[in-house]
Amino acid sequence: MDYSQFLVMQHEVSLAGVLILLLLSDLILGEKSKRCFQPLAILIFALHTIYGFYLGCETLPSSNTAFAGMYLTSNIHMFLKNILDFGTLIVFFLSYEWNQTTNKENIAEFYLLTISTLFGMYLMISAGDFLLFYLGLETASIPMATLVALDKKKKVSAEAGAKYILTAAFSSGVMLFGISLIYGSCGGSLYFADVANNFAGEKFQVMAMIFFMAGLCFKISLVPFHLWTADTYEGAPTPVSAYLSVMSKGAAAFAFMCILWKAFSCSSAPEISESWKNIIWWIIVITITVGNIFAIRQNNLKRFLAFSSISQAGYIMLGVIAGTDNGMGSMIYYILVYLFTNLAAFGVISDIENQTGKVNRDDYNGLYSTNPRLAVVMMLAMFSLGGIPPFAGFFSKFFIFAAAAEQGEYLLVFLALANTIISLFYYLLVVKAMFINHSDTPIVTIKSDKMSLLALTVCTIGVVVLGFISPLYESIIHWSFGI
Amino acid sequence: MNILSLFVIIPVVMMVLLFLENSKKAIRATMATGSSLMVILAFYIAYSFLTQRQAGADAAYLFTASQVWYQGFLNINYSVGIDGISVAMLLLSSIVVMTGSFASFAIEDQTKEYYLWFLMLSIGVFGFFISINLFTMVLFYEVALIPMYLLIGHWGTGPKEYAAMKLTLMLMGGSAFLMVGVFGIYFHSAAPGQPYTFEVQEIAKNLSLYMPINMQHVFFALTFIGFGVLGAMFPFHTWSPDGHASAPTAVSMLHAGVLMKLGGYGCFRVAMCLMPQASDDLAWVFIILTGTSVFYGAYSACVQNDLKYINAYSSVSHCGMVLFALLMMNKTAMTGAFLQMLSHGLMTALFFCLIGSIYGRTHTRDIRLMGGMMKIMPVLGVCYVIAGLASLGLPGLSGFVAEMNIFVGSFEHPDMFHRVFTILACTSIVITAVYILRVVGKMLFGPVQDPHHLTLTDAVWWEKVAAFGLIISIAIIGLYPLWISNMIGNSLDAIVKLF
Repeated sequence: MDYSQFLVMQHEVSLAGVLILLLLSDLILGEKSKRCFQPLAILIFALHTIYGFYLGCETLPSSNTAFAGMYLTSNIHMFLKNILDFGTLIVFFLSYEWNQTTNKENIAEFYLLTISTLFGMYLMISAGDFLLFYLGLETASIPMATLVALDKKKKVSAEAGAKYILTAAFSSGVMLFGISLIYGSCGGSLYFADVANNFAGEKFQVMAMIFFMAGLCFKISLVPFHLWTADTYEGAPTPVSAYLSVMSKGAAAFAFMCILWKAFSCSSAPEISESWKNIIWWIIVITITVGNIFAIRQNNLKRFLAFSSISQAGYIMLGVIAGTDNGMGSMIYYILVYLFTNLAAFGVISDIENQTGKVNRDDYNGLYSTNPRLAVVMMLAMFSLGGIPPFAGFFSKFFIFAAAAEQGEYLLVFLALANTIISLFYYLLVVKAMFINHSDTPIVTIKSDKMSLLALTVCTIGVVVLGFISPLYESIIHWSFGI
Repeated sequence: MNILSLFVIIPVVMMVLLFLENSKKAIRATMATGSSLMVILAFYIAYSFLTQRQAGADAAYLFTASQVWYQGFLNINYSVGIDGISVAMLLLSSIVVMTGSFASFAIEDQTKEYYLWFLMLSIGVFGFFISINLFTMVLFYEVALIPMYLLIGHWGTGPKEYAAMKLTLMLMGGSAFLMVGVFGIYFHSAAPGQPYTFEVQEIAKNLSLYMPINMQHVFFALTFIGFGVLGAMFPFHTWSPDGHASAPTAVSMLHAGVLMKLGGYGCFRVAMCLMPQASDDLAWVFIILTGTSVFYGAYSACVQNDLKYINAYSSVSHCGMVLFALLMMNKTAMTGAFLQMLSHGLMTALFFCLIGSIYGRTHTRDIRLMGGMMKIMPVLGVCYVIAGLASLGLPGLSGFVAEMNIFVGSFEHPDMFHRVFTILACTSIVITAVYILRVVGKMLFGPVQDPHHLTLTDAVWWEKVAAFGLIISIAIIGLYPLWISNMIGNSLDAIVKLF
């Protein structure tokens, strides 16, 4: 075996190193020095993130593969992994206070499990065949269920964990069935490239593909596979919900796109990709609409963000249907902006929940009078999610709609835009609660800890300035590829 | 740096200053100086625009500058430039923003936040009028919309939350139509394989070559409706009465005075100028809709008892007139349309300013509960009469010049369809007189309805500044309209040939 192949996957090796290092240090550190664990974990992970950015700066050859094509990487893969690293780091900052207070006994578990899921996402993103992809998906899913159920003293957390693991197991079973059918009908190979050569769009193959898609739709929580989302987000500890809503979704959406383009399309026969484009078209429309309509009725802000994230997933999928390098670039940019925005929203919720235990929209009435800064951050996040200029969300939405419109999907873009109006309604309800409504018992003035303050500051800066930094988007577009 | 960018930079600087200030006095001082500076800037721009034109500068847009923002997939430039029409709009906006700032001195609750949103609104408005790039136009358009929600929702009166939400969602709904239209235009703005562009001038040259006519029809309808929602076109006008009635004084002023003009200006600049063939083909549909706006708005105003509702419906009628005149597509009517924008902007701002002042004293806007105001507050009363006379088109005030142009222009079309609608629209002048004089008679001259009203005081200094500023502008346009109608007309010369 040629061990130099591991050099291609330095990013993964580095993350695995972090994982092992933390595992060992958790064992070695005694009871007294336990309190050092958290800063240490964040520091080591931050070093890994910096190393990742360093790796991402080099220009890689377009087809950089290892293990006979099982593992692929390129600048765009690197970039997405760096986004995920960065997001995870922000989640770590946000969860610092929560770990110190509520989660005192399981600090090490929280970090180890989170980093394992991240490792799974890395493999998912970089997979070159179905086997590695499936391994990555499972590595990302199973620790996630534990994370969701981490709050052992709460019934809802356990319930959420059970719901997550059951639906995850079911959907990955369906997906595995799909993969086995694909294996059988596409020439006995699991490599994406081989599948693409043998995929002719026959009915049997399309059925296999749909089984496969069902599994992934679950991960991205696209309708009709979204039913776990709200309960899981509500029950899970808030930092975990934040992590779940951004990282897990972003990685799965990218992997979904890569597989659809690499395994189920053929640049010389565009009619093959029509077989899934129709399905995706309907899934997008239904996902956005259902997510939005259900979000209107939510009072619990975590459930509310769960439904909002369902509809956002629909917008993310607009990049897939375009099938071009512009679609891919816009989608990754969307994920990046969504990361800043959603983490800002979850950060505020988490801060307030930690100190007062309040998560309902009604509790937020008059928040501006007592906590003006948190209210402004939340407002910016809501505006950005709703796509209001000059905040980053407007740009990401504009770009991803443009990518779909470029392919002539004007009706889809119109339906998506009409849906942004519905979404604006419920985002404004939150703004209204904070700025317009009055309350006799508003949330007391909260003093956020330094770590979450830092995270919120970073997110806010991201939301405000990201749209104006055009080289970022241009380089993403430059690196990305299409069908 | 381009001098036009100052229109965006000054409000941004003001926002930063406001953010740092805490005392009410400092905030008022910043607003007064900043907004007066903008008026001076607007007049300076108008002056140098006219001198440059006289010196022979005959480019479509002057003071142009362009800065690349995004490149590659989407070619987005920050491009600014103005022609005679934009100059007129800038003058209008700066005057209304200034008078609006003065009229808001009465705001006591969270003054700083109020002015921050107010300035964001004005950034959107100014940015929109100086842009000659579709992307930045859409961007500024939406920047102008969202502050309305909080301004109305927080500082408004009556069913303010409902009105704010309705207004925001309907206008954003309009921008959904608009965005699809913008995408359609962008992806047909160059030959396949060539880099596309958002530049309005480039698109105007290319679009008819690369976009099939049936697609032009679709995208014309989308963009026209998109901007038409903001221009209160029937049947998308319903946000306007509720929104205006609930908004605080200065926001009503700015909204009816300037923001609704964004709609008309956008319909002209984007929908009509870029797709002249389609606008020729589809004009009849929109003439029916806007014609309906004109007389429907006027009739509705007759039966309202709330002062703000009367003026909101009157705005629907007058803004309908703007779009109606634009769709006549000849120079006279279009010049009239832009004069009507100016005139309506100034006089509605004056109306809402006065209504705000009156409401602040009487705490009612129901005309049945008021009377004899002319005796109690003579300054406000006289100003109200002047605004009313401008509204019903009295010669010597701005309304007459505008309406004269519009109806002469529309009557140039000899066919039955245009004649019928022109006559229908003309009737609105009479109805305007009915609802204006009804208010004047009941509220200003009738018997005093409520003895408490006798103790009320007249206008304070900042209300006088706001009202007199607007009256002077109205009188200038009314008495000496030639310079401004020539400025607009010259810019229209090249455009009218397209239709």
